[in-house]
Amino acid sequence: MKLERTELSLIGVAIAIAILAQFSPNWLVFTLTLAISTALVVMGVVMLMRAGLVSFGQGLFYCLGGYAVGLGGRFLGITDALVLVGLGVVVTTVVAMILGLLMTRYREIFFAMLSLAFSMILYGILVKSHGLGSTDGFGVVDWTLLGFTPGDGQATTTALMLALVLALAIALFLNRYFKSSIGLACEAIRENEVRVEYMGISHRKVLYINYVLAAAVGSVGGSMTALAAGHVDPTMAYWTISGEFVFIAILGGTGHVAAPFIAALIFTLVRTYAVELAPNAWQMILGIVLLLIILFLPKGIWSLFTRKKGAAS
Amino acid sequence: MTEILRTEGLSRYFGAVTAAEDINVTISEGEIVGVIGANGAGKTTFINMVTGYLPPSQGTIAFDGSPIKGMGPRKLMRKGLARSFQIPQLFLELPVIDNLAIALSAAEHRQFQMIRPVRTPERIKAADEILEQMNINHYRDEMVTAMPQGARKLLDIAIAMLGNPRMLLLDEPTSGVSMEEKYTLMDTVMEAVRQRGLTVLFVEHDMEIVQRYVSRILAFASGEVIKDGPVDEVLADAKVQELVTGKHHRTPEKEGDA
Amino acid sequence: MLTVWAILIDGFIYASWLFLVAAGLTVIYGVMRILNMAHGSLYALGAYAAASALGWYYAQGGDQLWIAFAIIAVSAILIGAISGLIIERGLLRLMYGRDEILMLIITFAVLLILEDVMKLVWGTTPYFAWQPYAAMGRFNIDVLTVSQYDLLVMALSVVIGLGLWFWLERTNMGKILRSIIHDREVSEAMGVNVRRMFTITFMIGATLGAIAGGVTAPIISVVPGIGVEVIVLAFAVVVTGGLGSITGAAVGAVIVGLARATSIHTMPELELFIIYAVMATVLVFRPHGLFGLAAARKI
Repeated sequence: MKLERTELSLIGVAIAIAILAQFSPNWLVFTLTLAISTALVVMGVVMLMRAGLVSFGQGLFYCLGGYAVGLGGRFLGITDALVLVGLGVVVTTVVAMILGLLMTRYREIFFAMLSLAFSMILYGILVKSHGLGSTDGFGVVDWTLLGFTPGDGQATTTALMLALVLALAIALFLNRYFKSSIGLACEAIRENEVRVEYMGISHRKVLYINYVLAAAVGSVGGSMTALAAGHVDPTMAYWTISGEFVFIAILGGTGHVAAPFIAALIFTLVRTYAVELAPNAWQMILGIVLLLIILFLPKGIWSLFTRKKGAAS
Repeated sequence: MTEILRTEGLSRYFGAVTAAEDINVTISEGEIVGVIGANGAGKTTFINMVTGYLPPSQGTIAFDGSPIKGMGPRKLMRKGLARSFQIPQLFLELPVIDNLAIALSAAEHRQFQMIRPVRTPERIKAADEILEQMNINHYRDEMVTAMPQGARKLLDIAIAMLGNPRMLLLDEPTSGVSMEEKYTLMDTVMEAVRQRGLTVLFVEHDMEIVQRYVSRILAFASGEVIKDGPVDEVLADAKVQELVTGKHHRTPEKEGDA
Repeated sequence: MLTVWAILIDGFIYASWLFLVAAGLTVIYGVMRILNMAHGSLYALGAYAAASALGWYYAQGGDQLWIAFAIIAVSAILIGAISGLIIERGLLRLMYGRDEILMLIITFAVLLILEDVMKLVWGTTPYFAWQPYAAMGRFNIDVLTVSQYDLLVMALSVVIGLGLWFWLERTNMGKILRSIIHDREVSEAMGVNVRRMFTITFMIGATLGAIAGGVTAPIISVVPGIGVEVIVLAFAVVVTGGLGSITGAAVGAVIVGLARATSIHTMPELELFIIYAVMATVLVFRPHGLFGLAAARKI
């Protein structure tokens, strides 16, 4: 299998981050892990957007991934991080396979609203689950990774390494996926469903596969957030969190597999400062930036990169 | 000649409105059949029923000897029945080459492949061939939005042909195309059709185009086939002249022809 | 049996509140095809305006109930109409003709902005305006206590529902709006000032949201985030009933209201779950809601 340029760059950046992380302060390592995890959920939103669908409920899968880690550790006695992430993917995939049967019938605002409703159902259940700490959520058990038990102060870095590896694998896959038959079929559905059907392609099947994959990827993001933060709570499924994912997806644009990572990093870093400096203006900043992007950079910040490239050549 | 399409008593009602009434047509393999009629006469309703876009209210349709009524466009495509559209149905924000590559991957039943790129060397070659044949190869890497209407029509027809159909329904291939371009466009299309040995059902308003390219005509008026036969015979028919060709009535479309 | 009565009473009280909250949302969608995510923020604005105005009135030593109601009405209508005007003229107008889904995201941006505007104006400490609610008193049906204020909300809801029906079905402007709903281009060609109609519709929808907030202010503590919570309820109601339909919003409100009341009196832990479960169930069988029209596909 020959690697193309994007793939080499992705691997290079991942290695560079892994090395730099060894010399970085803990808060930065933690922020990076959160940004990567967030980017994975956003990746799911982007996958749907490429097919013309906007999900205001991707938090559902984010939350399922997170709670799978929390519950798997607490009730099943699983401590291995990879197994926990895997558990999240399995649970999420099963849920998405059921919901997908209904969701693929909807487009536009109906898809947006229905996805929102499903994530709010999970939120509603979790908030009322007193055994799981209701609105406070609960802590994630101390985890191990392939037999290695991270000692004091090592957990953050270990979580980042795991997130990096998983994110790299997913990014490499999606980079190919976006250019594959089904990846293009998704874009084709966004552009013209009638023609897709007259080509002999089932749009429901394409959308279904895409929906389930997007959910699974989102669940990895949720699981990694839970492992890194050591805590899960129902707000993971609250619709405003899903709204943030949509925001980041639009910020980055759907043009490149790296865009969600860059956008998520910017988002996470800015939030770290904004929440301290202007706690009551953070959402306002988000709203204004969102409007500015829609007006002036409809393809997201990634279009800035491609534009520059075009100008240089 | 072997029969490829047969409709019996095909009708479609929209509430109290009759869009198509008792259409009985048999088409043989390799025929090029023109479908004429004023707007609202039932041409598009007929095409839409045959291609699975609109379920008939009554009657049967058989393609290649087996009943196809109730099948959706996807199944019909798989059986070898393809169509083009009056308004080209294309993926506007994708490059022309990808429009074709997707069609090819679907024709190979490989539409769910996740890792292999849609642009394989074989597909690119096949796409280039048809682009060249259709004479639109200079748009190869452009977005469809950059194409003029005539080129879009050709791309739309090219996509329909890539599914390896046995029968092709062309829905007003020259509408929206300038007078000068019409004949070159039709020459290109018919050459490709002949090369592939396709059976063609061809809706058209322009009688000169019809006369030049088809061997048989179905004339529609108020939802019914009023005349079916060789070109000269149909065009000489008094009723056809009165209802279809005499004056080009341009009444507003009533049945979703668009 | 008592539970059944309790469910019916609570259910209809809740339903009338839901209808108040959802009416503006569905009117705006019906005419303008904009699903306004910021509708909850207009509700919150109305609540804040009413709560702070009432607070001022009672701090002055006021104790007249009818003045309190007038204050609620005036403050909610003022803030709703003004914010509606600003949002429509200042922002939405620039975006007409875009995708419905993009409009949804744009109104999401408006929601984010308004949430913080309210925090900056009113701070984060709760506002209380319970006086009118308490002053109305309560009465008993058997052992069930019903607040008279809730009955007033119910009456208001009926009045607004009938008013909207009259406006859309019986007035000249309603006729024009229905022609816009039917075919925007044709109405425009026939000389209808669509932009002006949109401005008026959005202001009315926004005002309805603010009124819902205003009348709710005496029942709740007005804090940041109430709008965000309310909007998802309103969504559930209008999607269940069918987007854009007033009748749908009313029926949706009754269904959701009764479902929630049933849950609260029998299985309280399922309260939130049940609302969305109802919505999802309806959508499984009626993809566009009970009174929604399926969008026609076009070739």
